[in-house]
Formats: sequence, structure tokens, C-alpha cells
Amino acid sequence: MALTREQMAQRVARELEDGFYVNLGIGIPTLVANYVPEGIDVMLQSENGLLGMGRFPTEEEVDPDMINAGKQTVTARDGAAIFSSAESFAMIRGGHVDLTVLGAFEVDQNGNIASWMIPGKLIKGMGGAMDLVAGAENIICTMTHASKHGESKLLEQCNLPLTGAGCINRVLTDLAYLEIKDGAFHLVERAPGVSVEEIVEKTAGKLVVPDHVPEMTFEA
Amino acid sequence: MAGFDKRVGSYEEAMEGLEDGMTVIAGGFGLCGIPENLIGEIKRRGVKDLTIYSNNCGVDGFGLGLLLEDRQISRIYASYVGENALFEQQMLNEEIEVVLTPQGTLAEKMRAGGAGIPAFYTATSYGTPIGEGKEVREFNGRHYILEESVVGDFAIVKGWKADRYGNVIYRDTAQNFNPMAATAGKITVVEVEEIVEPGELKPDQIHTPGIYVDRVIKGSFEKRIEKRTVREG
Repeated sequence: MALTREQMAQRVARELEDGFYVNLGIGIPTLVANYVPEGIDVMLQSENGLLGMGRFPTEEEVDPDMINAGKQTVTARDGAAIFSSAESFAMIRGGHVDLTVLGAFEVDQNGNIASWMIPGKLIKGMGGAMDLVAGAENIICTMTHASKHGESKLLEQCNLPLTGAGCINRVLTDLAYLEIKDGAFHLVERAPGVSVEEIVEKTAGKLVVPDHVPEMTFEA
Repeated sequence: MAGFDKRVGSYEEAMEGLEDGMTVIAGGFGLCGIPENLIGEIKRRGVKDLTIYSNNCGVDGFGLGLLLEDRQISRIYASYVGENALFEQQMLNEEIEVVLTPQGTLAEKMRAGGAGIPAFYTATSYGTPIGEGKEVREFNGRHYILEESVVGDFAIVKGWKADRYGNVIYRDTAQNFNPMAATAGKITVVEVEEIVEPGELKPDQIHTPGIYVDRVIKGSFEKRIEKRTVREG
């Protein structure tokens, strides 16, 4: 079975380490915050200028001056800091963020990512994504392994315009967890009940498969 | 106005000197921390052919979206312009030129412009369509592109409190692009919720020192929320 969005978030959350500063993109990455493992403290960075994003506010706490990078009303947790956008991107470009999780349309075996523009469709902009992928050394991409029509999104070379070149080192899809190194995808884990054959079939880029590929496990 | 007293008495006075074809740098992220009333005054003046630097372009009928109604903007440098039907229409009709600019690069263009640095190298957008055609240099085995900074004819800024000397503090995430915008205007205009006496703001709490600020005005603000998200109390 392919992973649900929640299971994808749970799996990514296992990569969090105590004391990590983390930037979570919109969509599945945002859900990761719900699955921070017990005993681990992470500080969430929101690129509009907030380090230490807290929960959504109650109706009484809503404050128009307090939003996250997705423009949602939000709170600051204890120990948070608020600063300008220049300071925020100094943290990002300067490599101070420990982990970035973001979605993508396509990634390829050389760590290129396309996530912001589909030619012919209306282009709304890249926001902070190009800075995030250029600045982070540790990026996990979350995405579906293939399109609804079964076309692979893990490619030899991205077809869509890039967000960043040679910057992605880990990918979690609904079928598998993979590392990207030495010009290839390396299969690390597979979703429960998903066969290695299916992953091979749906990966267009070069794929290295070890003898044993463990299944991910999730608590019910 | 005398000496260090930056206060002006009206919004008309606040935007005095704004003309057709000028470049305006605006603070704000989404609808958070935007200079609502200064935008309103730009609309009222009816100036045309403006070049705007702002992370976003407001929404239909609010924020910078207001300036689209009478086609006052010819060109905009922004990182994300998604929430605005009129904007999309003008973009598709090529009535407005959009220079999509990564958010961190946009912030740094303003910061560097205000700091007297004409251009800077960044790894952001190297290898993408945005980096194409720009000068590339390699430092320590990595590729960087050259981006030019910006200085605007006007910078319009939303602060929380200012004293009459133009020292400004911002509130929560309404800070965003405002401090950089404030440094990067030939004329920097700040509108705030409260003007206090010099000495009331602690010197080490000032975000924008008054040296960057030319005009200060007190306004009242709608502070529209774009995405109200709440949890159960």
C-alpha cells in the first residue's frame, strides 16, 4: 500500500533530531510538525521571519501581525525569535537551518529539483523555495513517486524548469525512501506491502537496489 | 518639520514628490505589515508607470492590489503573486511586467541597496531559469550568480511605533521586509500605529534608526487577515 500523507509525514519526522532547526514547506511537510517524536525538541523556522513557530492561535489569540510563511495566523512558542526577512534568509542561505522539508513536481538522479513552475500554466512565483534549496545541506523532498497516469517523477533528468541544481539528497515518496548520491537514487526503505519491483518500474532515473530493502513500519 | 522631527501632517504630504515612472519599494509579506494608507495615497494620486519592489502584490481590492485597478504598476519585482485575479489578468495581457525574484534575493536586493552595495553573489537560482544570463562566479567550488541591489525613489514602510525622530520598531511578524525597505528609499516614508516622544523607545530596541527615515505619519489600519487558521480553544 502506498503511504498516506500522514504516514509520509510520520516517516519524515523520524529524521528529526533533538535540537534541530527545521524549515517545513507547504503541504505534507507542514504535517511533519504533528509527528515530532517524544523527547525531541525542534525549532520550526518560518521564512517570513519567525524561528520557533507555535500552534495555531485560538479564536481569541488571532493576531494579524502574527503569521507564518503560508500566510496563516500562527503563534510563537516559548523561546521563539522574530526578525526581518533579510535575517531570515541569512539563516537559510548561510546554512544554519539543520533540515528543510519541501514538496516537488520532479527530482532527478543528480539531485536537481523542479517544484515551482509548469510551463503553460500560470506562474505564481517561487517564494522562498530557491533560497531554501540553495542554502540547505540537508533536504528531504516529499512527493508522490509517479503521476496519476503512472509516469515517474524520479527522473534521469528533470523536464520542468529547476528550482535548484544538485541540492537534493533524500526523497520520501508514497512508495519508498531513497537517497540520492553519485548520480543515482539509492533505495533505502519501501512502503509496507509495496514490492521492490513496483518501485523499480516507477523509477525512471538510475536506481540502485540493495539486496535487502526493509519495509517501513507504522504504529496503528 | 524641523531638525530631526520627521512627522508630517497628512498622507498627501507623506507622499509629496511621487511622480510617474518612479520606483517604489514596499514592506510587507502577504497582507501582514503592509503600508495600507500609503498605498491608498498612491492610488489617490493616480501616478502611473510605477516600478514596485514588494514580496507580493496584495489581493483584489486591498494592499498593492488597489494599484492594479487603475493600471498604475508597469513592472513588479516579487517572489509570489498568486492570490490576485486582476493581477493574473494583467499579467496574461502583458499589461504588467513581472520579474519573479526569489524571496531571499529580493530581501537582499533591498538590504544591499540601502547599505551602499551595488550587487552581490548568491547561490540562489543558479542553474534555474531565474539565474540564466546572469554573471556566474565560482567561490570555493560552488557557483554563484551576481544580483544587483536596488534603491527606490520612495520606500513605503509600516511600523508599529515610532518617535518623532523617525526611530521605528515593528511588531511581531509584521516586521518582515519593512526594515530593509526602510533603508532603501531615497525618500523613506513610515506609517505607524503610534508616535511617541523621543526617549520613550529604548535605544537598544530600535529596529530602524531614524537616520533612514524621512517622513513619519500615524495612521489607522484595517490589518486584513489572508488565511485565518485557528485551533479549538
